[in-house]
Amino acid sequence: MARGTVAVVGAAETTEMGVIPETSELQLHADAALNAMAEAGLTAADIDGIAAAGEAPDVLAQYLGITPAWLDGTLIGGSSFMLHVRHAMAAIEAGLCTTVLITHGESGRSRVEAKGFPEFIGGKLAGQFEVPYGGSLPPTMFTIPVLRYLQTHGLRPEDMAPVSVVQREWAALNPRATFKDPITVNDVMNSRMVAYPFTLLMCCLRTDGGGALILTSADRANDFPRPPVYILGAGESAEGPMVSQLDDFISSKAFRLSGERAFAEAGISHDDVDHLMIYDAFAHVPLYGLEDLGFCKPGEAAAFVGDRNTAPGGSLPLNTNGGGLSYMHSGMYGMYAMQESIRQLRGIAPAQVPGAQVSVAHGVGGMFSVAGTIIFGNEPA
Amino acid sequence: MTDQTERVLPRPTPETVHFWEGTRTGELRLQKCDDCGKIYFPPRPFCPECGSRNVSTFAASGRATLYSYVISHIPAPGLGPPYSVAVVTLEEGPRLMTNIVGCDQTPEALTLDMPLEVTFEAQNDEITLPFFKPAA
Ligand SMILES: [Zn+2]
Repeated sequence: MARGTVAVVGAAETTEMGVIPETSELQLHADAALNAMAEAGLTAADIDGIAAAGEAPDVLAQYLGITPAWLDGTLIGGSSFMLHVRHAMAAIEAGLCTTVLITHGESGRSRVEAKGFPEFIGGKLAGQFEVPYGGSLPPTMFTIPVLRYLQTHGLRPEDMAPVSVVQREWAALNPRATFKDPITVNDVMNSRMVAYPFTLLMCCLRTDGGGALILTSADRANDFPRPPVYILGAGESAEGPMVSQLDDFISSKAFRLSGERAFAEAGISHDDVDHLMIYDAFAHVPLYGLEDLGFCKPGEAAAFVGDRNTAPGGSLPLNTNGGGLSYMHSGMYGMYAMQESIRQLRGIAPAQVPGAQVSVAHGVGGMFSVAGTIIFGNEPA
Repeated sequence: MTDQTERVLPRPTPETVHFWEGTRTGELRLQKCDDCGKIYFPPRPFCPECGSRNVSTFAASGRATLYSYVISHIPAPGLGPPYSVAVVTLEEGPRLMTNIVGCDQTPEALTLDMPLEVTFEAQNDEITLPFFKPAA
């Protein structure tokens, strides 16, 4: 695929964010979709491609009144939406469709007609070989590799705590963030133990919300009300849902492969990146992300965060909405990471990075086993 | 899920039933490719390395080392916190998820790379789960 040939022309989250007990999961998708279409000046009649995760794309198409020529229901957890963007790029370039709507909605907290993640069924391999041992929830699966990572690099659990502290600083700048009060490393370490070495403040939130994107070809992108945000590069990879079967516990193979593809396609170097989003389901994910995407050497990410490089005023602003740890986390957070990248490149983020021109949004999926990476820019090349 | 007091048990499939027959008789069964020699887990009737369907099943030694783990404080069906959710490396190479039993569920008692050995616990007539305990 060619750099910058597809652009985001609509991007919006749900009208409300956090606790939304009066809205079903399906309507959260629709609320975000309607907001994105309104922003782009489009109606359902203008959309000819649809992708969604958590709800099937045909269900969304019917509900929204869209007649699709292209559908994608890739569902691999929280980075599904990064994969949808990459697949939509290819579809638009190939002429399969012209205008793609990607939706996410999740009643992660209120559970109003919410769907479960489908892997945890007794006869599936994860159901037979992980679930019986308590490997059935993200806090006991995503987290299993970390002790090996910490020991390999001579780190301690408290070396992860600055991730939570710094993201709370960013959240304090975001009026829509769930948690805004400052926290310290001590607060993180003294919060309730969830799954050693992870305390509560190292784990993401559980909230309700949604988001939607509208993509079209770059040659049409200036015909919309908002300035376009171009897709410069994208990557994806997966190791499957079973954390016990990951290739490596101190580095994510899926992260590395996804990131390498995205950077190669974009033709940029790490110095060109003004702003970074790394899906933080748990405090360790940004550390692996910083290393596996090539921003830090192996074992150096914790010190990089601890030294405030990713904090407000730092050289590499990271998770500037407050992230899954403090902003919101409905269950499949990848959509919100991309929404923040797009806000930053449009110059409308609550915690705006001055002059941001290139943003990387990296998503994790499965149980720390799937990755999708999108590099956005506010110029096509 | 929350009203369930029994551990969630596997439902064997035709491709995995040999593994669960093995645990009932005190064997931890792995598979090996007869063409390329790859030893693999979880069970499947073909080699994930070379694709050959020419594979055989054998009993592993039951010896392993602790690769990584968490100590969960989250109530789970049939599992009283705190309990370890661990990944062990079998002597033959593959890794698998299990619980470490027969020792305190603390970071001090659970040290990475500690030697372990398999121990079997029948859950019902059909399912016996393989756990690991500190090696004697
Ligand atoms: Zn083979």
